[in-house]
Amino acid sequence: MTWYDSLLQQLVDGLVLGAFYALVALGYTMVFGVIKLLNFAHGDLYMTGAFAGFGGLSLVSGVLGAGWLGIFVAMLLAMLAVGCLGVVIERVAYHPMLGAPRLSILITALAVSLVLQNAALSLTGGQYTAFRTDLGFGGLNLGNLFLSYNQIVLVATAGVLMIALELFVSRTAYGRAMRAVAIDKEMCRMLGINVSAVIAVTFFIGSGLAAAAGTMAGAYYGSIWYFMGFLIGLKAFTAAVIGGIGSITGAMLGGLILGLLESFGTHIPFIGSEWKDVFTFSILILVLVLKPTGLLGKSEVERM
Amino acid sequence: MLLRLQQVALSFAGNTVLHDVDFGVEPGRIQSLIGPNGAGKTSMFNVITGFYRPQRGDITFDGERLVRQEPHRVTQMGIARTFQNVRLFREMSVLENVMAGQHCRSRAGALSAILRLPSQRAEEQRILETSLACLDFVGLLEHRDRLATNLAYGHQRRVEIARALATEPRLLLLDEPAAGLNSGEKQSLIGLIRRIRDERGVSVLLIEHDMSLVMNVSERISVLDHGRLIAEGAPQAVQNYPRVIEAYLGQDDEELTW
Repeated sequence: MTWYDSLLQQLVDGLVLGAFYALVALGYTMVFGVIKLLNFAHGDLYMTGAFAGFGGLSLVSGVLGAGWLGIFVAMLLAMLAVGCLGVVIERVAYHPMLGAPRLSILITALAVSLVLQNAALSLTGGQYTAFRTDLGFGGLNLGNLFLSYNQIVLVATAGVLMIALELFVSRTAYGRAMRAVAIDKEMCRMLGINVSAVIAVTFFIGSGLAAAAGTMAGAYYGSIWYFMGFLIGLKAFTAAVIGGIGSITGAMLGGLILGLLESFGTHIPFIGSEWKDVFTFSILILVLVLKPTGLLGKSEVERM
Repeated sequence: MLLRLQQVALSFAGNTVLHDVDFGVEPGRIQSLIGPNGAGKTSMFNVITGFYRPQRGDITFDGERLVRQEPHRVTQMGIARTFQNVRLFREMSVLENVMAGQHCRSRAGALSAILRLPSQRAEEQRILETSLACLDFVGLLEHRDRLATNLAYGHQRRVEIARALATEPRLLLLDEPAAGLNSGEKQSLIGLIRRIRDERGVSVLLIEHDMSLVMNVSERISVLDHGRLIAEGAPQAVQNYPRVIEAYLGQDDEELTW
């Protein structure tokens, strides 16, 4: 393998990682957009999505098999279920707090995170659950570069979901309302927009995307556990900050950039993979210090 | 009566803002609400549109009760409003701002929007056409793709009116629509307000300090002072009421150019 092939391989790995980060970062940034909350329970919705996808797959695998079709249907079921869970969480935990100081609702989000984690912990006993699929290990050999079919499907699915989201936000009445709510809630009420409904739709979509990422991660890596959402939650947050929190395109971009940086960063001499997370969060600190609004964020000072 | 307030009382922490106000707007009328600063005019708008809940009293719009309705419901029932200071969605285009006003008239839910059902596409098309018509009505069709924040101030005020019209109201509340406009813009505002009533059949209630504009455009004037309605009638009559002159002369900062 030449350095050039190795570089391409890192690019592919980075894209896969970036697709996960981007999907989860989208939920972070959308929720922040409409209610200015850093939803620290978002990573745990990803974890819940992985378990929901696991459950969904065991439901449908008898009929559809545990290949791509089965996983795809399981992913849709997980998106639906976790989307609804996100709406319930917003109604029960965040909605009553919207008038409270920003810090209170942030702590509520941490509490929701603990509730989800501990619920999963007591249901699984803290054990890893094997996410068995019939996905093979086939792929395309392009010279010295190996692209597995799983990687291709995964990145393509993430791409389709993100394009669909972008179209929804830019072209539909609800997407427009979502952007309007992010700018001026009170004015939206005045225009007859049901702001609570728009917030609910935002949580549904954001949580659904996290669930899609969770299911795909489960199928791709082959095992899931109750704590899997913690680190990716923080990394998706980092991705959202890199892209500019509140910006949807920024979250997609930030996710990809972070995935690529991590993939390449672990191959810099003396920075082995055990330094991966140090590398990631150093980037977070650098962005926060040098360009707190991120790549595409607005220069609005955030009051916490 | 299109809009009727009966014995409406509003207070904040013991300070009474509105004292048992009886007030009404006839359908098809251009009416003004005037009074010194702090008289409770904007509070009255806030009570009508559901932002404040009055302690007592009843408000009906075309026979339907408005009290305790959420602001978005009030808009859906047919009352639109603009604010004293321009509040456009700055980072959105002029057209998108107006289209946001159409949102409350869309029936397709979020699910059909996510799935992009044909019914939803037809609805998007209808929203687009209605919004373009509203922009054309205020004479800003050519600016539709510009960011709202890049428009001249006078134009921004017109976009606000177009956005309010896009909610398809039967009553339009304008809170100081002439504030910050030059005399030419004020003249065309008068024309616009008349056309809103004449061509679209929308009744207009406005709060305004510019007395020449108020006298020019209003068919009926109501005067509020310290939360009480102290006079009501045709412009010429109201301007000669001793209590009105007294209320205004008691103020020293008000531009009193009848």
